[in-house]
Amino acid sequence: MDKATEIYLKKKAVRVRQNILREIGTLGVGHIGGSMSIVEALVVLYYKVMKIDPKNPNWEDRDRLVLSKGHAGPALYAIFADIGYIPEEYLDTLNQPETKLPSHCDRLVTPGVDMTSGSLGQGLSAAIGMAIAAKLDKKDINVYCILGDGELQEGQVWEALLFGGNKRLDNLIVFIDYNKMQIDAPIKELNDLEPLEEKLKAFKWHTQSIDGHDINQIYEAIKRAKENKEQSSVIILNTIKGKGAYFAEGKLSCHNMKVSKEEWQKAHQLLEEEVKKYE
Amino acid sequence: MNEELRILYNKELVKLAEKDPRIMVLDADLMKAHRTDIFKEKFPDRYIDVGVAEANMVGIAAGLSNMGKIPFVHSFTPFATRRTYDQLAISVGLANLPVKVVGSDPGVMAELNGQTHMSFEDAGIMRNLPRFIVIEPVDFIQLKKLLPQIIEYQGPSYLRLNRKEKRVFFSENDNFEIGKIFEVKDGKDFTIITSGIMLYEVKKVVDMLESEGYSIRVLNMHTLKPVDEESIVKAAKETGKIFVVENHSIINGWGSAVAEVVSEHYPVFVKRIGIRDHYGFVGKADYLMKKFKIDSQSIYESIKEGLA
Repeated sequence: MDKATEIYLKKKAVRVRQNILREIGTLGVGHIGGSMSIVEALVVLYYKVMKIDPKNPNWEDRDRLVLSKGHAGPALYAIFADIGYIPEEYLDTLNQPETKLPSHCDRLVTPGVDMTSGSLGQGLSAAIGMAIAAKLDKKDINVYCILGDGELQEGQVWEALLFGGNKRLDNLIVFIDYNKMQIDAPIKELNDLEPLEEKLKAFKWHTQSIDGHDINQIYEAIKRAKENKEQSSVIILNTIKGKGAYFAEGKLSCHNMKVSKEEWQKAHQLLEEEVKKYE
Repeated sequence: MNEELRILYNKELVKLAEKDPRIMVLDADLMKAHRTDIFKEKFPDRYIDVGVAEANMVGIAAGLSNMGKIPFVHSFTPFATRRTYDQLAISVGLANLPVKVVGSDPGVMAELNGQTHMSFEDAGIMRNLPRFIVIEPVDFIQLKKLLPQIIEYQGPSYLRLNRKEKRVFFSENDNFEIGKIFEVKDGKDFTIITSGIMLYEVKKVVDMLESEGYSIRVLNMHTLKPVDEESIVKAAKETGKIFVVENHSIINGWGSAVAEVVSEHYPVFVKRIGIRDHYGFVGKADYLMKKFKIDSQSIYESIKEGLA
């Protein structure tokens, strides 16, 4: 990736974080932790990698994204408002009556959402079905799926990993947002996933483990995953829950937290200063 | 007809799939039980066996349908519904994707597989899910006429299929419409509403009762949902008492649906004849029907009691 693109994407990541703060801050409560931790992966996907048409969220030949950890919807909406899938004003309506932005993703409600999700553990199965359908129709469509780490405790995920590994779908790339925290405790204390990469390898997936906040590493990992035509691919994103919101970052309480006006506006301002570094 | 319903069903699906490339079939290690190998042989690319993983099967079907396919997923009734209930609710129902669920061996027809493989609540819990339509055919003729309508319906469906059924009740001239009760025979003293294999038992009961001088209306409610309110209210008005006979729990099944309609629109006596709050048991169908009091003799006695 050239320097200009990298800076462009880093700035986008800041803007997306600011949008997330606006959504959750306006409401006063929300899933800040898991929305903030997945920002860089979504930014690389939507602004650089995925084949989409900002004017037509329903373009038939677009790449698809299944946000299996549906509670990170605010991160997706932040991008949708920026690329033009939805009007920017929607960002002030998260979870308000009759909103187009529900806390968990709903394909019938929000333009741009490719799959309904949020009952944890179900997204990967759907993504596999979508990847198979694209292949059957001989369409050059890539399917991306983002799983939460806590979500990996659901049995259905392992049914899907077993099947996806055996099917060797080269048009499917899965991300695991490994921020290492779930609602009740750190993952390793509650029900440890380690050794995670070895497990995925044993399920016949092409695996990579990278810094989930490094734009370059994410981009390169996707490239490598696409080059591998023999396997389905999974990329473990080592991330920090709540990343970029000083009042939430790295805190166990940030999964779904109250956010005061002062907090979100100060965090917003801090990000504004960060973006200046790239100018 | 000499062939079992599962074979005729798959042959019919193949015929429809020849004209409609969207149709796909999924199974979960019960290919031979459902004879979906008939479909697989014809359309290997459009067939997926996911192994023993029903939740994953439903999710994959949701993904396929999200890309324009019409997938039929198969398992025994408890695994097709109970085990996959949240997947059906969220990935299929809430997402409004046209996944066609087929549950086989309904009610006592799970026979020797016994209590673990027997569900008396499947149609009821599927009736609870918005957007799902719920259908139970009596025989192949009825199935054949409803199948294209199920495919045409742009939402999810649940089909209760008695896979080993060989009997035929209807004739080719009979026509069936999703959501519309079929009048098997008219009568004026009271009405019996029934579905699936119970129609054969009801037929015996009607013969017994008509020899005693009763005039009985018999309605086949092949669609549990959407409910045909009009035909039910009409029966209540014209015949009074209604008896509902089902190979299913009396809780939340056909009897419940009929009682709900009648109590809201034209209250008459409704008696539910079905499984009375029980788990399944192992045995051949005739034994189980007696045990759970849904054989013709028990139905006869139950109706006589209700008429008294």
